[in-house]
Amino acid sequence: MRANEHLRLTYFPLHPMKSATFQYAKADSIPHACALLCEYGVDAKLLAGGQSLVPMMAMRLARPAWLINVNEIDELKTSARRSGADGEVWVTGAGVRQIDLERDEAVAAAVPLLRQGLSWVGHVQTKNRGTVGGSLVHADPSAELPLVAHTLGARCVLRRADVERSVEANAFFIAPMITATEPDECLTEVHWPIWRRERVGSAFDEVSIRHGDFAIVAACAQVELDHAGRCVRAALGIGGAASTPVALDAIARSLHGTALDPTTVDAALRSIGDHLDPASDVHATAEYRIHLARVLAARVIRQARADALSPPHRGPQ
Amino acid sequence: MAEKTSPYGFRYIGAKRRTKEDPRFVTGRGRFAADVQLPGMLHVAIVASPYPSARVKAFDTTAALALPGVRYVLTGAELCAAIDPMYVGVDAPKVKRYPLADGLVRYAGEWVAAVVAETRAIAEDAVELIEVDFEPQPHVVDPEVAVRADSVKVHPEHGSNVLFHRKFVWGDVDGAFARADHRLAFRARWGRSATVPIETFVAVAQWDAGNEILDIWASIQMPKYPDQVARALRLPGNAVRVHFDVDVGGSYGVKRGIKHTLLVAYLARKLGAPVRFLEDRLENMRGGDMHGPDRIFDMQVAFDQDGTIRAWKIKALDDVGAYAGRSPLQLGKPVSAICGPYRIPAVEYEPTSVMTHKTPQEAVRGFGQAPTNFAMECTIDRVARHLRMDRLVLRRKNLIRKDEFPYRIPSGTTYDSGDYHAVLDKALAAANYDELLHRRDEARRAGRLAGIGVSTCLEPSGGNSSFEPLFNPKNETTTWMDSCLVRVDLTGAITGVFGTSSAGQGHQTLVATVLGEVFERDPAGIRVIHADSLNALPSNSPVGSRMAIMLGGAAAGAARQIKETLIAIGAHNLGVGVDGVTYRDGDVFATIHPEKRLTWDQLVEIAHRKYHRMPPGVEPGLQAKFVWEVPTGGTMPTEDGQVQMYPCYSFESHVVYVEIDPDTGKPVLQRYVVGHDCGVMINPDIVHGMTYGGVAHGIGAALYEKFAFSDDGQLLSGTFMDYLIPSALEVPEIRIVDHCTPSPLTTFGQKGSGEAGYLGGPAAIACAINDALDPLGTEIAETPMSHLALWTLIRDARVKPQLKDAA
Amino acid sequence: MNEPTSTVSMTVNGASVQREIATRLSLVDFLRETLRLTGTHVGCEHGICGACSVLLDGDPVRACLMFAVQADGHAITTVEGLAAPDGTMSVLQDSFCETHGLQCGYCTPGMLIAAHALLEQNARPSTGQIRDAISGNLCRCTGYQQIVDAIQLAAQRRGDAVSLAAQRGGDAVSIAAQRAGDATR
Repeated sequence: MRANEHLRLTYFPLHPMKSATFQYAKADSIPHACALLCEYGVDAKLLAGGQSLVPMMAMRLARPAWLINVNEIDELKTSARRSGADGEVWVTGAGVRQIDLERDEAVAAAVPLLRQGLSWVGHVQTKNRGTVGGSLVHADPSAELPLVAHTLGARCVLRRADVERSVEANAFFIAPMITATEPDECLTEVHWPIWRRERVGSAFDEVSIRHGDFAIVAACAQVELDHAGRCVRAALGIGGAASTPVALDAIARSLHGTALDPTTVDAALRSIGDHLDPASDVHATAEYRIHLARVLAARVIRQARADALSPPHRGPQ
Repeated sequence: MAEKTSPYGFRYIGAKRRTKEDPRFVTGRGRFAADVQLPGMLHVAIVASPYPSARVKAFDTTAALALPGVRYVLTGAELCAAIDPMYVGVDAPKVKRYPLADGLVRYAGEWVAAVVAETRAIAEDAVELIEVDFEPQPHVVDPEVAVRADSVKVHPEHGSNVLFHRKFVWGDVDGAFARADHRLAFRARWGRSATVPIETFVAVAQWDAGNEILDIWASIQMPKYPDQVARALRLPGNAVRVHFDVDVGGSYGVKRGIKHTLLVAYLARKLGAPVRFLEDRLENMRGGDMHGPDRIFDMQVAFDQDGTIRAWKIKALDDVGAYAGRSPLQLGKPVSAICGPYRIPAVEYEPTSVMTHKTPQEAVRGFGQAPTNFAMECTIDRVARHLRMDRLVLRRKNLIRKDEFPYRIPSGTTYDSGDYHAVLDKALAAANYDELLHRRDEARRAGRLAGIGVSTCLEPSGGNSSFEPLFNPKNETTTWMDSCLVRVDLTGAITGVFGTSSAGQGHQTLVATVLGEVFERDPAGIRVIHADSLNALPSNSPVGSRMAIMLGGAAAGAARQIKETLIAIGAHNLGVGVDGVTYRDGDVFATIHPEKRLTWDQLVEIAHRKYHRMPPGVEPGLQAKFVWEVPTGGTMPTEDGQVQMYPCYSFESHVVYVEIDPDTGKPVLQRYVVGHDCGVMINPDIVHGMTYGGVAHGIGAALYEKFAFSDDGQLLSGTFMDYLIPSALEVPEIRIVDHCTPSPLTTFGQKGSGEAGYLGGPAAIACAINDALDPLGTEIAETPMSHLALWTLIRDARVKPQLKDAA
Repeated sequence: MNEPTSTVSMTVNGASVQREIATRLSLVDFLRETLRLTGTHVGCEHGICGACSVLLDGDPVRACLMFAVQADGHAITTVEGLAAPDGTMSVLQDSFCETHGLQCGYCTPGMLIAAHALLEQNARPSTGQIRDAISGNLCRCTGYQQIVDAIQLAAQRRGDAVSLAAQRGGDAVSIAAQRAGDATR
């Protein structure tokens, strides 16, 4: 066997576990954080929960010159229902801890996919630190919160100095660890749409090897049925099968007007692979991921439908 | 939970007792090697090779050395010239191994240089600044390629990649194959995994220049560690003091960081300061040299229509990675139970140990027995499927019967005792086997994949290392002793002393319980300490499930000597012969006049102070040592490779119920029962704990864990995100049912149990999964049985429906 | 490359500490190497094994996934802070000894932290809830069985202590509840 001249040295050629040096600042308000970002720009990283950033820094896969701690900013920790131009939304500050979001009964009633998705996230220790915004900005394609955001069409509010803009999830996620957030912008809020109807149901499912691991593939769906049990609105998303989470809007639309019966759903999902671009790794091949996407999509649609039909109705009020 | 009183009629042995070790750990007062903090201590970080095979041409360390806080950069050239190569377990003197590569890198992750700095973080900064000029060389990662004569060589000077190869034939194997009604052949593969303790390897060294003693604190579990360290460093053994009172954060075989130790020891002496190397997890997984067996089994079995197994042939190719150490010997232990618990009169065994450009292999729990048991049990189930015979009927037919012990197997070992049928029956009853069958069949009718696995496996215990002479005729090792020193001081307090470290096995509890039993004194008041290597009596460390047998036997032997002294003192002072007195609870009294009595305190006082009241010729002071040789040890192998390898044979039978999601390949273990017989249990909570842990480890090896390598020689699962250790949600509730067949060879009837659970677990899980796959007409004989592997099999089977009909 | 430093002030096991440290120091290294509280262990340093779990303002977190500077102004409890000030083991610690819910003791401090946090939240957890609560803490020795047993036993004993004290009257309630409550103060 000849030496492989194209040897990829991506598998930790060094073994660091202590971060490289950095300068540190604790921001005490959103304007303060924005001011620091304007000053240090591309050399800075915001530190929220740190559950992904800190190990990446330990392995020296990330080495910001400046680390700006936003954990002490109370304005980033609000969580409330709001009515706006887009209709009713649940607004979570980017700094809301995942555990608080998961345990919030009002959130569970308004946007049930959040609790359903969060039940698959990590472990209590990581959810105690991990934030909503941190997860979205890290943009792991198999992570649960980005998938829910993408599926429901959440809006991400970004602030640069005094300028605020909002980006819809489908334009927010670009690639792993790459989002529409500019280096001098801070994600401040996420607006989660509330489907304010009676017969709404949702479901989240995933295959991970161990509970709490990143999903090999994850799927979630939310459906609204009319009184005859026909689907009038559907959202379907797949995580872990492309470089970003994928919202399968065309497939979801094709389910409108159907009873979401297995035959119809299976037919709609036949071409699911056309929308996905999964990678192969040591745990799963691309082929397996596409298969799982199809299986899980069918399951979450079935479960969401059952959820919408289940009395007493526990969907959004 | 264990019974409050001993089920065996002992006073303390077998009774529910809290351990002596637990309180210090639950209060955060354990003292692990990483907790050792010495003034002026320096820290090491490693420069590792990114290439699986390369020549190290040059280093540029200028920038690293200029960094404030950096003290030294050590390269392989300096170190290899200053020390001798590390120990090789087989006759392969040209397979040289040093802590840092000797100019040729033989696996990706191999250490090539070490940086010493005031903090670990600064050392890591410096590592980034070191430039190494590597010249990549051809490499080989496939063991079946490496074994060929024309392969790229990992150690060109050795002339071949084969470290050991031999074909053993015991009995009339060819005759049996010729005469049997049926023959089957198949391949089984045991994937590369390891015990992966939560503590990585840690070594701290300090050179005491005034006394010329090297002090070592290390997370160590291995035989002959102080000797190997001394030899490689060209020091006399009495210049190395290993502090065995360090708590070891798990080992199960792998904590053998000789290379880590030599590195810090050399640096500590060179720099005149204490040096610590605390392996981080990435270093541990890639360059920690602790991967386990990586085996291909080609199995052949000859059997009759009635299920009688006449013979089997086991060909095992083990990929040990880039260096030897003791790893080739992991093919040796299975010789001691080469027919499993079955009456198989003729066996052929052809082990080959081959090197590749991968991380080296180290001893893993069971020392090669778990993979072998897995292959054997897959064989048994295949025979059953071939004959369409009930697996239990087949096992019961072939299991050695309890009236056949002691039972001599073809490879020369005699099994001491057992009642395999009883243990199997107990496990089946506890698992509610009939109900499980019903449940499985219901699940199948509902379209699910469900299966029941049953394994019946042996745990050879009390290791005497006879595989060393078997695999290396130049090595005449025939003793593998352990020892204990016992003292009763002037206050009457009892202290047991032994000379090895513990990694959670509860040796202090073991010794205290045994001493309490012999002295009839409450173990709660008995102290047990780990002597350092200069104060200790010989030990071969807790390997091969041996400490209950060996340390327990040694402690009892020493205690009995002191007890005899106490009886002699009592008899002498009571004016009666030793036959006329009784020892009870530490007092000695005249048997027919119990009121004529000397209390424990009085006897101790006499022994320590009142020489005039001592019987003539009896040594004053109450101190005794006992060095115990492994029962049945002391002989060399015969010409044809027959040898008594282990004295005691524990037995385990697992019953597992699994369901596999046919659409995702995800297996879920829904019931798990272990029937276990390790003779007399000295502390049942400890034995059960190790068994539960062994089962969990077996679940990991069977379903989740693998050190996967790419074709270009890179480790693909070098983090805990990719090397998947099962959590409390992957390990189901486990039920253990005990059985006790005492060993006739040991002090209290105990056998070993440190490898319990792991030795029968993967086998049972494989059997369960294959039972679940049976309706699809497909099967698996490869670990780990990953989600992907199972889904692939299921998918392939579904596109071949004709197989389903054939089944 | 000069080493940036920061000053941190926090409460650790009830005592105020203030130190000037390297900014890049992780919380677990700060506890172990700077404060010499070596009960908290390091297993993977990338947030999977849970051996470094500590309580941050009462909630379990991974101390390898925080820089020490982030704990500035907060309260940390380590395994050393679970026993009463006089050294009396908490009910949970004692229950681990009773069921032998450990072997080598390396993951044990993290397990105790996770279990302690669970019992503070949920006095009567099911075995499923117990397994979920400790699923972020890897143990290689025990197979988790005797750990689950220990946490169940502790929950039962804490419950018994509270109800026993309730029968005896008000003062006893608070004392017993405190004793049973694995005083983290």
